[in-house]
Amino acid sequence: MDFVNAIILLLNYIFIPALTYGSQLALGAIFVTLIYGILRFANFATGDMMSFGTMMTILFTWYFQSLGVSLGVLPTALLAIPFGIIFMILYMLLIDKFVFKYYRNQKSPPVQFAMVSIGVMFVTQAVVRIIIGPSDRRFFDGEKFIIKAREFKEMTGLNEGLALKSTQVLTIFVTIVLVSLLFWFLNKTKTGKSMKAYSDNEDLALLSGIDPKKIVLVTWVIAGILATIGGALYGLDKSFKPFTYFNNMLPIFAAAIVGGIGNPFGAFLGGYVIAFSEILLTYAYKKFFMYVLPESMEPDSLVQLLSTDYKFAVSFSILVIVLIYRPSGIFKGKVL
Amino acid sequence: MVGIFQSWNIALSIFNLCLISAVMTMGANIQWGYAGLINFGIMGYTALGGLAAVLISVDPVQEAWRAGGFDILMSLWLIVVMVLVIRFILKRFEKSKIRTYSIAAIIISGILLIRFSAEPGIEAIEAVDPAKTGFLGGFGLPIIFSWIVGALFAGGLAFIVGKVALGLRADYLAIATLLISEIVIAIIKHEDWLTRGVKNVIGLKRPAPYEVDLQTTDWFIKLVEKFNSGKLSLIENLADRQAALNQLVIEGSSVFVKLCYSGLFLVVVIILLILTQKALYSPWGRMMRAIRDNEEAANAMGKNVVKQHLLIFILGSAIVGIAGAMLVTQDGLFTPGSYRPMRYTFLIWVMVIVGGSGNNFGAILGGFVVWFLWIEAAPISLFLINFFTAGIPETNALKAHLIESVPYFRFLMMGLGLLFIMRYRPKGILPEKIEIK
Repeated sequence: MDFVNAIILLLNYIFIPALTYGSQLALGAIFVTLIYGILRFANFATGDMMSFGTMMTILFTWYFQSLGVSLGVLPTALLAIPFGIIFMILYMLLIDKFVFKYYRNQKSPPVQFAMVSIGVMFVTQAVVRIIIGPSDRRFFDGEKFIIKAREFKEMTGLNEGLALKSTQVLTIFVTIVLVSLLFWFLNKTKTGKSMKAYSDNEDLALLSGIDPKKIVLVTWVIAGILATIGGALYGLDKSFKPFTYFNNMLPIFAAAIVGGIGNPFGAFLGGYVIAFSEILLTYAYKKFFMYVLPESMEPDSLVQLLSTDYKFAVSFSILVIVLIYRPSGIFKGKVL
Repeated sequence: MVGIFQSWNIALSIFNLCLISAVMTMGANIQWGYAGLINFGIMGYTALGGLAAVLISVDPVQEAWRAGGFDILMSLWLIVVMVLVIRFILKRFEKSKIRTYSIAAIIISGILLIRFSAEPGIEAIEAVDPAKTGFLGGFGLPIIFSWIVGALFAGGLAFIVGKVALGLRADYLAIATLLISEIVIAIIKHEDWLTRGVKNVIGLKRPAPYEVDLQTTDWFIKLVEKFNSGKLSLIENLADRQAALNQLVIEGSSVFVKLCYSGLFLVVVIILLILTQKALYSPWGRMMRAIRDNEEAANAMGKNVVKQHLLIFILGSAIVGIAGAMLVTQDGLFTPGSYRPMRYTFLIWVMVIVGGSGNNFGAILGGFVVWFLWIEAAPISLFLINFFTAGIPETNALKAHLIESVPYFRFLMMGLGLLFIMRYRPKGILPEKIEIK
């Protein structure tokens, strides 16, 4: 019985939160990696673009709520996400037309692109803050829990409860569907294949008659979908605050690079690598050992490898280690 | 201009921060403009400079040293021993999987060992009068020394970072340095025994006199009287005149203190400007430009590119460290929570790009212009909003919302400014000018 308790404890405090957080990071990391692979620059505006998409979703959620439309147990935001995506894509295409296109035509070095994306970051941050303000917002409605900790305890008679939030299930489910669709698109359709070809070798791709304008357009569309859904899921699960989204850019970058930049599948797994290592290394295992070990060997301290303050630092350290020992990432992306 | 419209006090504090920004920009400019190295870790070096100011100027907390000093020193020794062992292994053995794994094992077990040995000491130190101290304190030296020590700290960090990350391609160097600076901030924020963490350190020593002392000093009052004799003589009543003088003395004292800081900062800026200008036109500067413009060619000519990159990375970061120490000196307090990448990394980069990379005067100009706009963005945009919406009544929801979000227009201004400069004047306001004789 103690052993089952220990497993449930780990599930509740490590596995499920890490899986959720990892999914959110994974979506962002695929966004970064696609932009890097096809448009060839590190996009420093990632976090703020995600916050823009989320903001549009929130605005539409409010609009629907004021109309009295709701999805019952599911959050209204699900209804608003498609509209958020449309506005996100429009915003991205606008930015691309007025900012990035010029440098693409000039064939500027990646560093210059990165600098320009910092300008975009400033502007996007301003737009989001002017429209919705910098404060913390929750826009979740509907049923909060699928299984409550207390109900689970009563059901199974265990000491440890297992709480399953609907946002967690929603995040994991949506991520799986979206990512499978994306990989189907990239690997099976003609457009997806030409995107890959363009990413591998631009000149050869152009020679074989691939239209670069179409590739860029499709890339931004996919990026918009990923950014909005990733951002909205994070906002539903936790809360929406522009500053947090800007900060999330850092673990997202770490996930993309750890997985091998330019490699969408690597980025997907990279998100989970980062999320799991962050939570595994900062969790206090005291209770776990209390269940597993006999009473005489119970630990006195918290058995915590690092304090939770260093959550972000963990992912960055992993990134630094990967950059030194395996600069192409775990799953072989582009060599830096 | 601000002096006339708002007050001399505000004008001077903006001017001081402009000077500090200029120093930071010069540091970044050395790395980016001279050598083409992109460093997004400016925030980390600034914070280290600030930490130096704390460690140098604060009086040591004797009680804390007695409580946990021994444990901390032991842990420091452990770190040194660990580094030496790793160096020894790296030198003695050939590169192999076993070597890599054993180094990893040493690092992990070392970290665990240090955690266990330092834990009681840290707890003891943080328990010493936590409302006031709860940290080890510093050396109790004049704070001016910290400007040099800050440079050393930042240079030391840059040495480690440079060893690790300088081999990366440009945009990855940017991301790596950004993340490393976040790690530095995380450590400064959470190691309370060293920095008091988010509890902040306040009331640092000053290189300039205190306002309160000045207000009671004879020569200062006479000075103020002399400066304002015209105005004062207009007031007939003796008591009124005395009251006016007192008011002037209070105002004057804070202006005077700020002037002292300005003087100190100006000295630093001028020394740095002379040094960097000399370096730019020296054979060394020419070599750096050669490396920047064509690494392979410079390498073929027998220049050690890796070593020079490391050197310039350290130099630039050290200058940023000086600026960090200066900043804490002027504020008189150290707040680890206030170090944010937006303000201390990206804004500085806007200054570098706008001012003109590779040109020291451009860097200073960028620091001044961008900082001035950053501070004055809110009043300017408020004025613009009022101007354009003059016909709309005050109660209009859109107008009210816009006026409410005035502080965020500064981001918009910075972003648009950066984008326009990058598009239409990619070399900055004052482009790099190299005369080849």
